[in-house]
Amino acid sequence: MAEDWQNGGFGLYIHWPWCQSKCPYCDFNSHVAAFIDQDRWAAAYVAEIERMAALTGPRVLNSVFFGGGTPSLMAPETVDAVLTAVRRAWPLANDLEVTLEANPGSVEAGRFRGYAQAGVNRVSMGIQALNNRDLRRLGRLHSVEEARAAFDIARAQFDRVSFDLIYARQDQTLHDWRSELTEALEMAVDHLSMYQLTIEPGTAFGDRFARGGLHGLPDEDISADMYDLTQDLCGEAGLLNYEVSNHARPGAESRHNLVYWRYGDYVGIGPGAHGRVTLDGVKHATEAERIPGKWLENLSIHGKSESWEVLDGTEQALEMLLMGMRLGEGIDPARFAALNGAPLNPNAIDRLTEMGMLKPGPRLIATQQGRVLLNAVLRELVVE
Amino acid sequence: MTDLAHIRNFSIVAHIDHGKSTLADRLIQLTGTVAERDMQEQMLDSMDIERERGITIKANTVRIEYPAQDGETYVLNLIDTPGHVDFAYEVARSMHAVEGSLLVVDATQGVEAQTLANVYTAIAADHEIVPVLNKVDLPAAEPDRVKEQIEDVIGIDSQDACLISAKTGVGIPDVLEAIVKRLPAPKEGDRNAPLKAMLVDSKYDQYLGVICIVRIIDGVLKKGDRIRMMKTGGIYDVDDVGVYRPAMTHVKELGPGEIGYLNASIKQVRDTRVGDTITHEKKPCEKALPGFKPSVPVVFCGLFPVDANDFEDMRDAIEKLALNDASFTFEMETSAALGFGFRCGFLGLLHLEVIRDRLEREYNIELITTAPSVIYHLFTKDGEQRDLHNPADMPDMSTVDHIEEPRIKATIMVPDEFLGDVLKLCQERRGIQMDLTYVGGRAMTVYDLPLNEVVFDFYDRLKSVSRGYASFDYEMIGYREDNLVKMSILVNDEPVDALAMMVHRDRAEMRGRAMCEKLKELIPRHMFKIPIQAAIGGKVIARETLSAMRKDVTAKCYGGDATRKKKLLEKQKAGKKKMRQFGKVEIPQEAFISALKMDG
Repeated sequence: MAEDWQNGGFGLYIHWPWCQSKCPYCDFNSHVAAFIDQDRWAAAYVAEIERMAALTGPRVLNSVFFGGGTPSLMAPETVDAVLTAVRRAWPLANDLEVTLEANPGSVEAGRFRGYAQAGVNRVSMGIQALNNRDLRRLGRLHSVEEARAAFDIARAQFDRVSFDLIYARQDQTLHDWRSELTEALEMAVDHLSMYQLTIEPGTAFGDRFARGGLHGLPDEDISADMYDLTQDLCGEAGLLNYEVSNHARPGAESRHNLVYWRYGDYVGIGPGAHGRVTLDGVKHATEAERIPGKWLENLSIHGKSESWEVLDGTEQALEMLLMGMRLGEGIDPARFAALNGAPLNPNAIDRLTEMGMLKPGPRLIATQQGRVLLNAVLRELVVE
Repeated sequence: MTDLAHIRNFSIVAHIDHGKSTLADRLIQLTGTVAERDMQEQMLDSMDIERERGITIKANTVRIEYPAQDGETYVLNLIDTPGHVDFAYEVARSMHAVEGSLLVVDATQGVEAQTLANVYTAIAADHEIVPVLNKVDLPAAEPDRVKEQIEDVIGIDSQDACLISAKTGVGIPDVLEAIVKRLPAPKEGDRNAPLKAMLVDSKYDQYLGVICIVRIIDGVLKKGDRIRMMKTGGIYDVDDVGVYRPAMTHVKELGPGEIGYLNASIKQVRDTRVGDTITHEKKPCEKALPGFKPSVPVVFCGLFPVDANDFEDMRDAIEKLALNDASFTFEMETSAALGFGFRCGFLGLLHLEVIRDRLEREYNIELITTAPSVIYHLFTKDGEQRDLHNPADMPDMSTVDHIEEPRIKATIMVPDEFLGDVLKLCQERRGIQMDLTYVGGRAMTVYDLPLNEVVFDFYDRLKSVSRGYASFDYEMIGYREDNLVKMSILVNDEPVDALAMMVHRDRAEMRGRAMCEKLKELIPRHMFKIPIQAAIGGKVIARETLSAMRKDVTAKCYGGDATRKKKLLEKQKAGKKKMRQFGKVEIPQEAFISALKMDG
């Protein structure tokens, strides 16, 4: 019998925790160091890949994703060592996607060729803004000109190139965003990620916000207008909003991220990495030690650094729902019911459909209006 | 047993924070009544809430043995009475059990409204009064000015006032001497006459049952006596008699003039009546003491458990609290909005807060409190009269001829720089000024006010407009007709019964607008827009619209976010309990009280 994870496929996430500097909005597990021992990191990743492969056994791997931190600070040799180990560890899908997140700086661009040779076939570039004032405010080290140059190099090296933008920034108007987004759509190949700026606690912006020092952020109404505009303009350009913040031409979606959203299995390796791994029919959540030095130390002393926790059916159903409802394709309610042992509340579904938050039909799919209110829709679906 | 000449029974009259409990502590300490190591702050306040708020709710008593300068040892019985206006009636009753009072006034603050009310009660009970000026060690103390004030306002001689600092202990020996020399001994008392004792207060102890505080007038009370409560007719066998030092201490007998406790396996406080006369069953006294009217609740509100599953626990808790508090009433209430709960009656707002705090703290039940209300007299067109405790029970206005509401006489003392704001507040609350005089730098004003304008947040507002300097006291003066209507609040076109209130017709628009605006802030945005309306009968008098939520979505959600998002959803699942569902709308519990607060 097929296991539930096969609905989403199988991916590998490698977390590279290092950055040249911390960005004020970023709450990812990233650290700054003067010197990084690339060989030691490569050896640690390789050992982890071998250990995890021994646990999962042979299964077809759909995707590898280098995230961070700033993975474009990895030496091409480090990436090569990882991918060589991956090829030994699991049988690979014919259309294996190998993505690396890259900073659009000139130094990074110099390594693109090496990454491509190691087997990377997709890059996702953190361009974030197309004007220099906002790049500086976001704490980015690159300029728009550097970003455009790096993007051109990437396009020459890789079949698939995506980039990220952050919007709903300080002092940004709807008009500003329209012209910047129009420029971005002219640049875009077949995939774009656009995130509304979120003030996270524990970040520099979070601290400033708490002190009342972060001015000019758009209010809920303007942010909502910006979101709607983004969906409209991307749609006109043929980039469909296949996920809340991601747009692609059909077929160009990020296969790796689809593993998450379709709630497949993924092995997470590296400091702070999370995984979802089904072993003998039991789904587990794994979470690795966050501090890079401790992560390495745990591996050398104990041979592992992550915790394992069994997820029961209800928890899996909840995770599947909250990830899957982000997608344009939504979820199969029968899959939820099978995991949960009970179906979703039909009254809540009716109510939400009547309000125009869900599309009528056999699959559970949020409308555009429902997607922008997804947290409220999810609450309504799961809370009795 | 002590002869009458060596007994002094007294109480202490003071405004809150003027140092009553501290003075009591010092008296106990200086006479060696409690070993130094057992001493704690506010010895007489036994409940946590009493200690925390610096208020006394139940009467307490303590026996102090004092070797006076004349070489004789005296027995001093202190009855510590509740100081708050809510319990004014209890104060009056306790005062009839003693012959004198210490009037404690903060030498930095002077006489306050509450001091006045209580001192007049003491005068009415024929007390000798010894003025005591506390906090004389503070730089801001103005003993001469305060002495003058006591003479001007209260009209008692304060030339020989004791100047003390209860905190440092300065002057305490003078107070003890003054008690012996200036307060009278119990007037009469015949140990050979039939037993006649006054029931001063009773309280519930979970191990001993009901314990009665008694003052013996005539005769002798001993363990093993069979007694009769003359009013209630209850007959009990006395298991124990004793005194508080302040720990319960068994004594062989209590004789004339003495104050102590008796314990007779009485099950609940409701079985006793404060002011009742206790006598021997076999050989009763001829005439009972005049007794007191039982105190009646004047403020009502609904208390509902936040979690409907707590209802049975809440019933148990309320019943337990009622064991010890006969003045608190309750009956089951069902609200369309809030489910099952209780309609409770209290002596005042403080009493309400104390009971609510105890339910939440001692019994761990989270509560929703609905708007406090008073008892209205409803006169129907067919000539009937009935009481309305709950605005939700208001019949159709077309059947009502007129409505009367309870009014109070409020006495407010305030430094004159805040007088304007205080007068404005009283006018806004439909007050009619009855008096305004100046005493030194302070104004004293007397207002006739509707109780329903006072029960909710009048005291908070008074404190805020006077930066804490105003003091306030009130007494009920009766009922008067006025143009009162029931105002309903509709959320998303559904009436929310727990938010309905009685208001004066002239103030309805203003209150309605304020309520709608407040609710608009308090109710979170929903997926749809929500009209919030105030209405009288079918007529909408105020309206606000809470616009629909536009955006609530997490921008980034990848493999590492599933755990966090799942936990958040699980938390929201639990948090939903704190919201109440009204049709399609969720209203947070704090809205029920916050919506009623008026900012000015």
